Amino acid sequence: MLLAGLLAGRAELQVGDAFPALGGAGLIGGDVPATTGKVVLVDFWASWCAPCKASFPSFTRLHQEYGASGLVIVAVSVDEKPAAYAAFVRKLNPPFTVLHDHQQKLVSTVKVPVMPTSYLLDRHGRVRFLHQGFHGKETEAELRRELATLLAEKE
Amino acid sequence: MKTKVLRNLVIMTLGVASGIAFTGCTTVKVQPWERATLADPTMRPDRDPLATAMYEHVYFSRESASGGRGVGGSGCGCN
Repeated sequence: MLLAGLLAGRAELQVGDAFPALGGAGLIGGDVPATTGKVVLVDFWASWCAPCKASFPSFTRLHQEYGASGLVIVAVSVDEKPAAYAAFVRKLNPPFTVLHDHQQKLVSTVKVPVMPTSYLLDRHGRVRFLHQGFHGKETEAELRRELATLLAEKE
Repeated sequence: MKTKVLRNLVIMTLGVASGIAFTGCTTVKVQPWERATLADPTMRPDRDPLATAMYEHVYFSRESASGGRGVGGSGCGCN
């Protein structure tokens, strides 16, 4: 039982795994964007998480710079309180897609190790890079390098 | 015969009880996405600066020492 408990805690989504389909995850708050053949950045955030708030301006810049080249950003909130989610989105008004995992179904499947965690998926929907936490310019620079690699790959 | 059955029963009960206890210790965990309440400012033990200063003053007067409280407390555990 001890071993089973330890193993259960390690079933996190890893680099190389296929990311679960966003369409069937029960996300609300808007339409799930078309991601087929696109490079996708899926970010898990919450209104109570300070680094999550700090990450949104970076994601806005990335969306503006790489959106036309095939990058789709989907920011998934794990807030339990819909009002907190709505207030956060209203205040920051991000230009990329923001959805609400109101039942925490997707995040429980993915099992994010920390908040925030972002997954960079290649054009085939596989996790190629994983970012635990958000560390300002350092994380943004890493994302830029990784995006250059993924966007250069053919479908 | 009766003693043997009783002994087996006691061993089985202890086995099941310890199994349940171990499960309780290993699987109950607040997941990173469930920490909204922990991240609330009201969960901070030092949220009132005046009260903290008073406690520090009393502690210093009593122990002739201050600080050393570490960085424990609440939070979302982010980053």
